[in-house]
Amino acid sequence: MFPPDSIALRHYLGRGPKDRTISDARHSVLLTDIIEHSGLTGGCCELSGRSVLIATSRQLFAALAMIELDGVARRMLLCPPDLDWERLQALVEQAGIDTIVTDQPLSGYCAERCSVLGIDLPERRAAGRTVDHATEWLMLTSGTSGLPKIVRHTLDGLAGAIIAEGPARHSDAIWATFYDIRRYGGLQILLRAVIGGGSMVLSEPGETIAAHVARLRAGGVSHISGTPSHWRKLLMSGTAANFSPRYIRLSGEIADQAVLDGLAQAFPHASIGHAYASTEAGVGFSVDDGREGFPAHLIGRNRDGVEMKVVEGSLRIRSKRTARAYVGADALPLADAEGFVDTGDIVELRGDRYHFVGRRGGIINIGGLKVHPEEVEAVINRHACVQMSRARSRRSPITGAIVVADVVLTGGTDEKRHETIRAEILSRCKDGLAAWKVPAVIRFVERLEVTAAGKLARTDA
Amino acid sequence: MSVRTKIFSAMKQIAEEQKVTLPPLQDDLSLNETGFDSLAFAILVARLEDELGADPFTVAEDAAFPSTLGEFIRAYENVPA
Repeated sequence: MFPPDSIALRHYLGRGPKDRTISDARHSVLLTDIIEHSGLTGGCCELSGRSVLIATSRQLFAALAMIELDGVARRMLLCPPDLDWERLQALVEQAGIDTIVTDQPLSGYCAERCSVLGIDLPERRAAGRTVDHATEWLMLTSGTSGLPKIVRHTLDGLAGAIIAEGPARHSDAIWATFYDIRRYGGLQILLRAVIGGGSMVLSEPGETIAAHVARLRAGGVSHISGTPSHWRKLLMSGTAANFSPRYIRLSGEIADQAVLDGLAQAFPHASIGHAYASTEAGVGFSVDDGREGFPAHLIGRNRDGVEMKVVEGSLRIRSKRTARAYVGADALPLADAEGFVDTGDIVELRGDRYHFVGRRGGIINIGGLKVHPEEVEAVINRHACVQMSRARSRRSPITGAIVVADVVLTGGTDEKRHETIRAEILSRCKDGLAAWKVPAVIRFVERLEVTAAGKLARTDA
Repeated sequence: MSVRTKIFSAMKQIAEEQKVTLPPLQDDLSLNETGFDSLAFAILVARLEDELGADPFTVAEDAAFPSTLGEFIRAYENVPA
């Protein structure tokens, strides 16, 4: 039942200016319209206490469903768009789903087992819903292989960082994100918009960067977030000119100095922050000083009630913002006995700052010597002609593996300069890295693949 | 350019990068005496694979790693095209 000190998402709709909207490329919905209207169609199903899968093709409908269901359903599972129904079936079982909200035709296993509701624009007058549940928010981890894990959050935990900052701080903000809002990084932005009193412009799958940026500008977007890969893609596209957000946020991957500097140069009037967050560990902290890494004094207990420590190189976080648990029959514990979530992100103390060096699982082993691809990329990315890079493992008959790097150069780089640039990159790597970490081969490529979650695709991670 | 010339050229490049002084390159030169460590050889084999399209030491599982420069070159020359 609903704890008295909690507030459902719909209670924030009427706060702030009356013209607040959530929009995608096709529609714009007034938040005040959602208070009294419902977008759910095709059944008079009582949703109170239901376990609902939200599987829509459009993010706008997912946002509407989340707002309608929070405080009403027992739990809701947010399904990202790139998940096929076959894999979804296993997740539906694990999460005990009994109702599906979708904007797509549905048949087969899931349709037979669950009540299916449609969702459309909020045009039907709805009787006031009883808000009597502390709805569980179930999200999927963005792991690259195998079945994603389901993690369970509460709205309180998800909004912990937003409440801690003081929601009024960005009350006139028009938010946007390159993320999908059904992923942790994107959901944070939707919640910032709804809870903080602002508006939100959603991303659209398949939309070109130029069209997306045009929409961001037309929508007056002032605050925007994405992964460093999203941002590099934007910087590379040449469409950043004429777009002038006031606040830029990076999360989901390591924000290296090169991307922070690139953004500062492209958006001289914006304040730029990089946040550390993950689906499991929640929002750890954000850093606004424009430098990569984070101040060492954040380790320990900080005033927001987030506690961090470093054990065997990896960052561990305990706070009310972490997910509550993994969901499923044979779900492993999410946190250790003391409540710390091991993020698997390896950090290294350099002077008075911790730097992220990579993922524990992504280490390349070169004849027994270890290297994180991310630390190599950070050095390569500092070259002025480099837009982005990926270091990866290549098998070697001599050392088992070696590091090689694929590099995307900035647009308009003269091909005649390739050999010079290659030599310069190698020389920087030699100056900044141990010998075995220097890429054996540097290949120039047109583009690097970015996953649906906005992260650089790593086949060996 | 012959396979031999390409190998020599790649070795000189790596020697320069690794600050290694190569002795005169002759067939009977022991690989130990080249001044290359295993990392340098790993780099050499990787780059030659890109340039020549073959890595004779991975293709044949039982291939013994050569001990002289001549044997090393022959391993590449003998890879079926």
